[in-house]
Amino acid sequence: MLHTVNKSSFESASLKICLGLAKSGSDILLIEDGVYGALAGTIHATMLAEATSAVSVYALGPDLKARGLPEDRLISGIKVVGYDGFVELACANDKVQSWL
Amino acid sequence: MSETKKFMYINRRPPYGTVYPLEGLEVVLIGAAFEQDVCMAFISDGVFQLKQGQDTIESGMKNFSPTYRALGDYEVTRIYVERESLEERGLTEADLMPLTWEDEDDDWAEKPSIQIVSRTQLSDLLEEQDVVFNF
Repeated sequence: MLHTVNKSSFESASLKICLGLAKSGSDILLIEDGVYGALAGTIHATMLAEATSAVSVYALGPDLKARGLPEDRLISGIKVVGYDGFVELACANDKVQSWL
Repeated sequence: MSETKKFMYINRRPPYGTVYPLEGLEVVLIGAAFEQDVCMAFISDGVFQLKQGQDTIESGMKNFSPTYRALGDYEVTRIYVERESLEERGLTEADLMPLTWEDEDDDWAEKPSIQIVSRTQLSDLLEEQDVVFNF
């Protein structure tokens, strides 16, 4: 299943809830304000870094760029994808769960 | 002439997920015409509004971050950023876009507008205000 998270992890528990319910092997895509969760060195970074061993975590490149977050500031193991990658993830998974 | 009041605009949301930051910035710029004693505070995810290097071309949104640089010309010269909020987000002052104002009492010397303050200092500043707006 593909999970998308669009809220900042500092403002909403949606990333934490998503990580708690996503099965091993799931894809998790951070979009919109959700991309702030991909930042290294934050109080929530450990939570996501630990999850990357069981799930694949992606962040949407155009949303990172809009917010001034360069790839070298992200938690290692997070893959940056474009809109085309978003479409590929949506097609590769049988279901999409949006944690709005 | 009415008495000058102390205004604080508190910004605590990230820049693009909602329209609050852009609308808030416009209110500050419009409100500057009323010649009050104005300051801005960036706390929580609001600190992301001042992040350097915002580039919205691929996402197709309006990049309003250069507008913050106009604040100095509107005599908004005190911009407080909470240190704890930066630290929680893995940011430092170097991540913020430089904002300045020109001091007419000091031969138009260019001075920094951003002041990094602790949560305790910000708490004291908040208490001093006559009017507080939240965006």
